Amino acid sequence: MSALPLPRRRVRSALAGAVGLVPFGIYTALFLVVPAAAVVLGAFRSPSGGWTWNNIAVATHGVYAHGFVMSIELSLLTSIVPGVLGVIVAYAVFTSRRGPLRRVVSTASGVFAQFGGVPLAFLFIATLGTTGLVTRWMSTLGFDPWDHGFSLYTFFGVAIVYTYFQLPLMVLVITPALEGLRPAWREAASGLGANSWHFWRYVGGPVIFPSVLGGILLLFGSALSAYATAEALTSGSIPLTSIQIGSFLNGNVIAGEQNVGKALGLGLIVVAGIVMFFYSRVQKRASRWLR
Amino acid sequence: MVALGEVDALFDVEEFIEQPQRRFSAARLRSVAWWRGIVLFCTGAFFLIPIYAALRFSLEGPNGTGFTLSAYTAIPSQAGFTAALWLSLQLAAATTVIMLVLMVPTSVYVHLRLPGLRRFFDSITIVPIVIPPIVLIIGVLQVAPTFLKSTPYLLALEYGILAMPFVYRSLDAGLRAIDLKTLVEASRSLGGRWGSTLWRVVVPNLRSGLLSAVVLTVALVLGEFTMASLDLFQTLPVWIYNFAQDDGSVSTAVSLLALVLTWIVLMAISALDLRRIERTAKTRMDAGS
Amino acid sequence: MTTTQRRADSAVKPQGATVELRGLRRRFGATAALDEFSLTLAPGELVALLGPSGCGKTTALRVLAGFETLDDGRVLLDGRDQARIPPQKRDMGMVFQSYSLFPNMTAQDNVAFGLRMRKVGGAQRKQRALQVLEMVGLESEAQKYPHQMSGGQQQRVALARALAIEPRVLLLDEPLSALDAKVRVQLREQIRVLQTRLKITTLFVTHDQEEALSMADRVCVMRAGRIEQVDTPSTLYAVPATPFVAEFVGTMNRIPGVVEDGRVRLLDTTVDIRTAASTPQGNRAPETAVDVLVRPEGLAVTASPSGRGIVMTTTFLGSVTRLGVLLNDDVLVYVDQPNSAAQVPVGSAAEVTLRERDVMVADRGSGGGGASAEGVVPTVGDTIS
Repeated sequence: MSALPLPRRRVRSALAGAVGLVPFGIYTALFLVVPAAAVVLGAFRSPSGGWTWNNIAVATHGVYAHGFVMSIELSLLTSIVPGVLGVIVAYAVFTSRRGPLRRVVSTASGVFAQFGGVPLAFLFIATLGTTGLVTRWMSTLGFDPWDHGFSLYTFFGVAIVYTYFQLPLMVLVITPALEGLRPAWREAASGLGANSWHFWRYVGGPVIFPSVLGGILLLFGSALSAYATAEALTSGSIPLTSIQIGSFLNGNVIAGEQNVGKALGLGLIVVAGIVMFFYSRVQKRASRWLR
Repeated sequence: MVALGEVDALFDVEEFIEQPQRRFSAARLRSVAWWRGIVLFCTGAFFLIPIYAALRFSLEGPNGTGFTLSAYTAIPSQAGFTAALWLSLQLAAATTVIMLVLMVPTSVYVHLRLPGLRRFFDSITIVPIVIPPIVLIIGVLQVAPTFLKSTPYLLALEYGILAMPFVYRSLDAGLRAIDLKTLVEASRSLGGRWGSTLWRVVVPNLRSGLLSAVVLTVALVLGEFTMASLDLFQTLPVWIYNFAQDDGSVSTAVSLLALVLTWIVLMAISALDLRRIERTAKTRMDAGS
Repeated sequence: MTTTQRRADSAVKPQGATVELRGLRRRFGATAALDEFSLTLAPGELVALLGPSGCGKTTALRVLAGFETLDDGRVLLDGRDQARIPPQKRDMGMVFQSYSLFPNMTAQDNVAFGLRMRKVGGAQRKQRALQVLEMVGLESEAQKYPHQMSGGQQQRVALARALAIEPRVLLLDEPLSALDAKVRVQLREQIRVLQTRLKITTLFVTHDQEEALSMADRVCVMRAGRIEQVDTPSTLYAVPATPFVAEFVGTMNRIPGVVEDGRVRLLDTTVDIRTAASTPQGNRAPETAVDVLVRPEGLAVTASPSGRGIVMTTTFLGSVTRLGVLLNDDVLVYVDQPNSAAQVPVGSAAEVTLRERDVMVADRGSGGGGASAEGVVPTVGDTIS
């Protein structure tokens, strides 16, 4: 064999390598790329068929701009807070040596991370609604939250409900990272004179930080994309981008703005793209240390 | 007197059942115990209280007193419930099959032949998470041919896209845990063709990764609302939404059932896996490996 | 000693402590990991804990470090009981089997970590870390991260990290097991040289008897939580206390024989081994089945057409050639021949003789406790086949 691989050889082997990915590629292209492209392109089309910026213009002003802001605020809140709490919970479970607890939490996280929409809404109406159980408990203690401006159907109410699936998602994501923390590090740090605080400050924390950050980014994307829960709880009373997109599919659109929904979709895709970019950067660092 | 070989096996078994065994000194464990208890208690409360609240609500008799199962007994007779349930289960099965048939060979392939692409794959499989289903369904409804749109199979195929990140990650984790390359090379050097290698060697060793993938897919499909409702198919979550009544009891009851159903399915699958682990561990112990 | 070495040495000025492990007991479930384990380490001494997997050697080390609790027994450092002292305060340097370097820090920061914990100031810390890195010859890699270094380099940094805090005791938990053979040998020497120069009391856990014998001042052979023998390497090799030690350390042949009239008759041949009257050998009843244990270098083999042994294998070991000779169609013994001697080819008939050395006699088939070792003196040149 010659010292340098012939370019032809390289191309051929690269192509051969790609063959195995064809089914996956076809599937993804058909059911992900094509619909996504349809949305992106549709954002620039006017109802009469020509190209236009009008959709974008509408989507970035007024009630739709407000929707974007609200969506991002809600996503920030429900990614950072449940994210941090999720790490703490995951760590509490992880340091417990009881196998059954870990298994239960692992299954539970899987179940709750996917649980949303109408069923979740009903659970929380029964809990924190005007006549909900917890509301009644708090009233007997003298403090009815609804009298003090709380409502399940506003921003903070929705945020609390979002936590129900955001926190388990973080637990799912961060547990493998915690398991990647080698006991040898902890023991070595101990032997060198470090207590728990020192360990987490200098070793443990920095090592899982990329994973935590990645998890929070993931949670942010997840909250931004959420539709069912918000729809079930608010039916549109809070302007959120995903809800607004849904209303376009339901047919209540102003004439000439049929494709604004697609422009809104494009906006979500753009934000998602940025999130994904940072996520992959962060994962690179995380995987190197936790190998 | 315990023979040395047995001692090794005993330590192995502990590891096996309790997942990666961490050796923390007893002193350190004691110091975090109380803090851990508080965290777990609060978390447990946060997640269990709404379930309890819903349970109580659904069992309340008229005027908020008494105890009645009428909310539950009324369910099967509600219009469309059985059909919606059946549809959801079928979709879950279909999506699972699609995902496994597609992703198991693909991830094995990537692990074996294209390890450099692994990070690319990690990123690719995040895409369905961050491209919202709501956006996806708009595009799908626009470009899908009518023959597909009129069947639920379109939904199953799209659910595959949604489930893909979870499936890939589970399989990836499982593949990383076994030494895939060595297993495959061993099998092939003994004469195994690709099909039987995959089926008899790789898949059995991937059990927990597969299980995890199935579990997450089923959970996803049973709970998915957005795309189903906008695609105008009445799956279980859509049925609950459409059926929401102001009195709430029946709706709450069904919501609880939806949760319980998902949980049962997942527990059953996990329990199957656990029994296999215990059986394997016991075999190793008896054999004194 | 070069100036560099002298200067590097001055970075670490420890004084070895006396370590006493008294009557340690520890059970994991039904298994006794440590069973009445007692050992004393003199200041500056390197003691190797040697034994098969699961014998408790790592447990003993971790008990000393403070990572395992005890069911019973005491750990004393310079006479002070360590029971209530957590690992952070025990002032011991520890090197783990692998991957113990903090991945988010450079080599220098890793080494400086212990100093940071002791509140040494930034610049001074960095400088001392560099000095210690110099001691292990890695000052050029100071800014590298663990994932950029080879296994051998990582372990050297780990060693530097342990030494930087000037510990009075150094604990090594199979530090070489995960390394390539060649690197292992190099690092072995380096550790020993450093340890001797710095006079740190060291406990070294390994399952590799070659490592233990070549590095240690004394070797402690363990089995199922108990000590089989503690001695210098040469004594351990020459005078094993039990058949287990005899077979674990070095290679040992087992030849079946029968007690006869104060002697041992080997292999139903007419040749026997005379025993000194004073040895406990005499306590065995006649006709007792025994095994005679003798090392390959305690036998000699010559080609002989009338010999009843057949050479089955030859293995070139570098300094000697080891021949596997089948005696009586029944017993395979290994005999070492110097490479200078005429080689007996495979398949030829041969005669095996005992050299003038002590051999051990044990009950037939015993591998466990209960058998005692006796020195018996064979007649020079006794042929056993």
